[in-house]
Amino acid sequence: MSGSSNIVAMKKVVLQLRLEAGINRVKVSQAAADLQQFCLQHAQHDPLLTGMSTSNNPFRPQKVCSFL
Amino acid sequence: MRSPLIPEMATQEVQLNETLAHLKSESESLKSKLEEERAKLHDVELHQVAEKVEGLGQFVMKTRRTLKGHGNKVLCMDWCKDKRRIVSSSQDGKVIVWDAFTTNKEHAVTMPCTWVMACAYAPSGCAVACGGLDNKCSVYPLSLDKNENLAAKKKSVAMHTNYLSACSFTNSDMQILTSSGDGTCALWDVESGQLLQSFHGHAADVLCLDLAPSETGNTFVSGGCDKKANVWDMRSGQCIQSFETHESDINSVRYYPSGDAFASGSDDATCRLYDLRADREVAIYSKESIIFGVSSVDFSLSGRLLFGGYNDYTINVWDVLKGTRVSILFGHENRVSTLRVSPDGTAFSTGSWDHTLRIWA
Repeated sequence: MSGSSNIVAMKKVVLQLRLEAGINRVKVSQAAADLQQFCLQHAQHDPLLTGMSTSNNPFRPQKVCSFL
Repeated sequence: MRSPLIPEMATQEVQLNETLAHLKSESESLKSKLEEERAKLHDVELHQVAEKVEGLGQFVMKTRRTLKGHGNKVLCMDWCKDKRRIVSSSQDGKVIVWDAFTTNKEHAVTMPCTWVMACAYAPSGCAVACGGLDNKCSVYPLSLDKNENLAAKKKSVAMHTNYLSACSFTNSDMQILTSSGDGTCALWDVESGQLLQSFHGHAADVLCLDLAPSETGNTFVSGGCDKKANVWDMRSGQCIQSFETHESDINSVRYYPSGDAFASGSDDATCRLYDLRADREVAIYSKESIIFGVSSVDFSLSGRLLFGGYNDYTINVWDVLKGTRVSILFGHENRVSTLRVSPDGTAFSTGSWDHTLRIWA
């Protein structure tokens, strides 16, 4: 009977929602502060952020030597 | 409803309907409770917290290499851990391995299908995985002998009942995670082709996935045409968190480097940031002038920059903390379909419907 398979599906939905409703959450202010701290801590080691010097970045053009 | 022939059946049907109504009302009240709980902790916006952070200066990012060789739209690409090789796949059925420093092609394979929508490099650098309209994910070991026929050593690993949209090796060459138009994700053993775990919960095609950084444990995030981003436990197959704030298909998902958040890009022309511990969306990256969908997103190494490839041929670079755009990059002559930052963060690569890949730094 289609009624019982609807119930099985709904039971899954309810169990899933109970699971999601029950998790522990932190305040956005706390989460945001942590995200910010991570960014700032790792900023020095982020080549695309700091703009690595030409000599260190393998993709940037090397200075060309010329014979005089 | 048909009227039952026997009185007992009438009672049964009434009971089933009561149970169903009961479950529906419980589901509605749980959904409201979820929204309430999430709202209670929404005490501030990310960009407000970031007000005191120094703004970013001007960025000079240009195309440093152009990889030409595909005969049709580039659909996907992935970096090798050696930070210089790249695998890319195309609508014309070709999968090419490039040396991004020299732009040389090192390997090429022709798949038996067109629209190879997914490709991935194995952690060892010794194999690549790919698939698309063939509904499969196949692994090709990369031979040092350039003359060897790669197609001969092909291994079929995953089998879905619709197109393969994305694939990724886990921490080793032994397991592959896939997502499909059939609405599921799956974890496979490469050697045996055995299905290790399947992930059900999306209500439509799953378009993308990303594995959590290894330090954060066994989870991954997926995005789909049902506008949902789901976070999954790889061992149990359980969906542990779900986010539904986008207004259209989610084309790309990528974890923030700490593993505590992930970004998404959607056909609704926005990128969004979801924090896993706050269990909610914490930022939207959008502008009124940006009206075309985002196909692909990735973070710079520190997580401060979010790069988005768009269907209007551009790349927008966002300040993740402040929510503002810091740069717009032009160059591709058609949609940007795929974008990945290199493993050491020195560059990022894009693939486009204009048949080329570009390396930016």
